[in-house]
Amino acid sequence: MLNSGISVLFEGVNMQRLLLGLLVTLRVALIAVVISIVMGILIGIIRTSKNKLVQIPFRLYLELFRIIPILVWLFVIYYVIPANFDLNLSAEVVALIVFSLWGTAEMSDIVRGSIISLPKHQAESSKALGLSVAQMYRYVLIPQATKRSIPPMINLITRMIKTTALLTMIGVVEVIKVGQQIIEVNNLDHPTISFWIYGFVFLLYFVICFPLSRFSRRLERKWAT
Amino acid sequence: MSEQVPILQVKGLTKKYGEKIVLNGIDLQVEKGKVIAILGPSGCGKSTFLRCLNGLEEVQGGDILLDNESLINKSTKWREVRQRIGMVFQSYDLFPNLTVMENILLSPLKVQKRNHSEVEAQALELLERVGLADRANDYPRQLSGGQKQRIAIVRALCINPEIMLFDEVTASLDPEMVREVLDVIAQLADQGMTMLIVTHEMNFAKLVADEVIFMDKGNIHEQAPAEQFFTNPQTERAQQFLNILQF
Repeated sequence: MLNSGISVLFEGVNMQRLLLGLLVTLRVALIAVVISIVMGILIGIIRTSKNKLVQIPFRLYLELFRIIPILVWLFVIYYVIPANFDLNLSAEVVALIVFSLWGTAEMSDIVRGSIISLPKHQAESSKALGLSVAQMYRYVLIPQATKRSIPPMINLITRMIKTTALLTMIGVVEVIKVGQQIIEVNNLDHPTISFWIYGFVFLLYFVICFPLSRFSRRLERKWAT
Repeated sequence: MSEQVPILQVKGLTKKYGEKIVLNGIDLQVEKGKVIAILGPSGCGKSTFLRCLNGLEEVQGGDILLDNESLINKSTKWREVRQRIGMVFQSYDLFPNLTVMENILLSPLKVQKRNHSEVEAQALELLERVGLADRANDYPRQLSGGQKQRIAIVRALCINPEIMLFDEVTASLDPEMVREVLDVIAQLADQGMTMLIVTHEMNFAKLVADEVIFMDKGNIHEQAPAEQFFTNPQTERAQQFLNILQF
């Protein structure tokens, strides 16, 4: 009885549809991750400034994404902006905007944290050797900060991939949404279908996120010294 | 009076953190080739004084003259001054992401834009002199504290500075390693390098310094030839200080 549902996975184009859904998930996640890394490094460096006028706006920006749930951000951008500003954004574009803004905020905090956690004398001895500020960042601070930021960056990337699950809520047809559609069609004939479909979705997320998380743990251990 | 203009002159140097006065009008003349040891209890301002000399601290008053040119004005290019006044710190400040050789070559190549093979030859010669030529391709983490500190000295020397500042370079070293670092500094003294050395190693100061400055609470309390300072300190504060250090 239980295994009657598994056959649905292999019926017709179901498997293909699920994998295409996964592709949408990954597309949103990866584009957002790339934007977040580039912008996050830039803003992270800017945020090491001691100038309060620079610090406060970026801090506010970060806190807004920490305090307000991502789902609320998705709803706000998806429902509120088109209604009030006469702008038609597709669900996937909204997803990209929110995820990039969120990722950038978090990345910038990782980059900033790893730069300011470097011992103060690294900057001082760079100066004492006559290096310019740009040279100090390029040859001394950024290479060291990169090492410190990569493990937390990978953790953030896995979090971003997982959080794409929320995109079903604004109607992006990603892997979970596809799964739901298949379940709805087959639920009457195969009562155990949700077990198999969600089980498969579970497996897909696992296959993607587990290696990433292992990789980051390995780097952390390797660079512990 | 010497006829030669002192290479470094400090006049009424004043440094404040907020209301707190850290340096209270320091006057000092350093002639070329002289080794000056700066002694004093912790918190007397001696490290801050060194840091002011190469622009790591802003000063609130007074003047510093290098070869008779004032450094205390807006047009001072500290990056150029720092190539003339090298500094080694207490903490092991090698860059952990670079090898020993890369650490040494960074500033000569990127800041001074010198020829690679010429600088490398100089670096190897200096490494040879401090007994670490075989560690050129190691990373700092593979070295002991004393070795790191000797490399830091080589790195500063490779910029060809006219003056070297040493800020308690042996203070965080294992006692067994102090000697190897002090030997390098003593060697430099023999070669006629102009140096200002903040240290707690009294015997070392006695041995290498031409002159001793005793500082307390942001003032120079006593300035005397090394021999005279250690055998016959003039001020009561300096006598107390030396007594505390003697068992």
